[in-house]
Amino acid sequence: EDLDCHSYNNVGQRGRAAPPAGDSVLFEDTSSAAPAMNNQGYYTPGYNMGGTSNDMQGGAGVNNLFTDPMANAAMMYGSSLANQGKDMVNKEISRFMSVNKLKYFFAVDTRYVLKKLMILMFPYTHQDWEVRYHRDTPLTPRQDVNAPDLYIPTMAFITYILLAGMALGIQKRFSPEVLGLCASTALVWIIIEVLVMLLSLYLLTVHSDLSTFDLIAYSGYKYVGMIFTVLCGLLFGSDGYFVALAWSSCALMFFIVRSLKMKILPSLSSDSMGMGSSAKPQLRLYITVATAVFQPIIIYWLTSHLVR
Amino acid sequence: RRLRTCWDNMAFTLYSLIQAAILCVNAVAVLHEERFLTKIGWGVDQSVGGFGDEPGIKVQLMNLVRSVRTVMRVPLIAVNSVCIVLLLLFG
Repeated sequence: EDLDCHSYNNVGQRGRAAPPAGDSVLFEDTSSAAPAMNNQGYYTPGYNMGGTSNDMQGGAGVNNLFTDPMANAAMMYGSSLANQGKDMVNKEISRFMSVNKLKYFFAVDTRYVLKKLMILMFPYTHQDWEVRYHRDTPLTPRQDVNAPDLYIPTMAFITYILLAGMALGIQKRFSPEVLGLCASTALVWIIIEVLVMLLSLYLLTVHSDLSTFDLIAYSGYKYVGMIFTVLCGLLFGSDGYFVALAWSSCALMFFIVRSLKMKILPSLSSDSMGMGSSAKPQLRLYITVATAVFQPIIIYWLTSHLVR
Repeated sequence: RRLRTCWDNMAFTLYSLIQAAILCVNAVAVLHEERFLTKIGWGVDQSVGGFGDEPGIKVQLMNLVRSVRTVMRVPLIAVNSVCIVLLLLFG
């Protein structure tokens, strides 16, 4: 089947029902399409209601508020100011991170999420770990189950925080500030891990296409394992916790090694270089294995106090 | 009270991460080019070599140290001043 997705404006391929007009693979930001009309539509009912309510109080002048050219001009000015502000905010944000790139990571659908969760928990039967490309751009998560996404890590992170609050509440150790503490601790560990990965990839001049968001995605997948571990610990006690910890650690380690191996390690088939770079594949392997080994450690570190 | 002891060894806040980052960047910025780095063979003029080859770890580290020192010199002044004032005021 020909997938023509060179401009992210792809319309449904897999026999879905006719999508609504403008349904693209990456949802487009249509909020800037008709700002003037929206603003007009928003302001008009307010003024009309103000006019009719004041009518009962005999405020005849208020009825003419909308037809007053002065108010009209002020409204136009206000809406243009708002547009300017919005453009400026967008420009500033897009200086730090490209919003389009971020949208790529959130273009998921239910089928992808379910398959990915199953792969995260049981990766041993998954055959093909290659991330598929199409004309040099990686396919979106909707079309390729191996593509990393940021939706699952975000949701899993939030669920983990809620679950931690619940677990602490069961142990009668809950207070609202603990929730914030838990959230910032987990966030700090993510930041540390991503920074260490970036540093080691830079030092070893690994020319992979792993961007920062990819690393955040891969390091956020461990929260799915953490949720599973904490749930089992809460339901089945200490034994269930350790069994679930062992299971999710193995699954996560396997998943990380198989996913990152494709991107970090050089393809062994095209070994044309064979220079004195024998140290390189070893070091790259060390990075992959170290990342994988780090996952169970951090899972244990962040969840052991929840299941006592 | 029990809450404190359980969380003490692992409760990171974003503020402590920022503090750790500031300290690390300060440590890198303090390394002097000619008095120290060249003495231990880490000066940037000693990083020649490997034209077609990819640079090794040491060269990458030296480049990283040099770029951090160049880029962060002025912002570090501002950030350190702010940090000092905040610590003096709020402990």
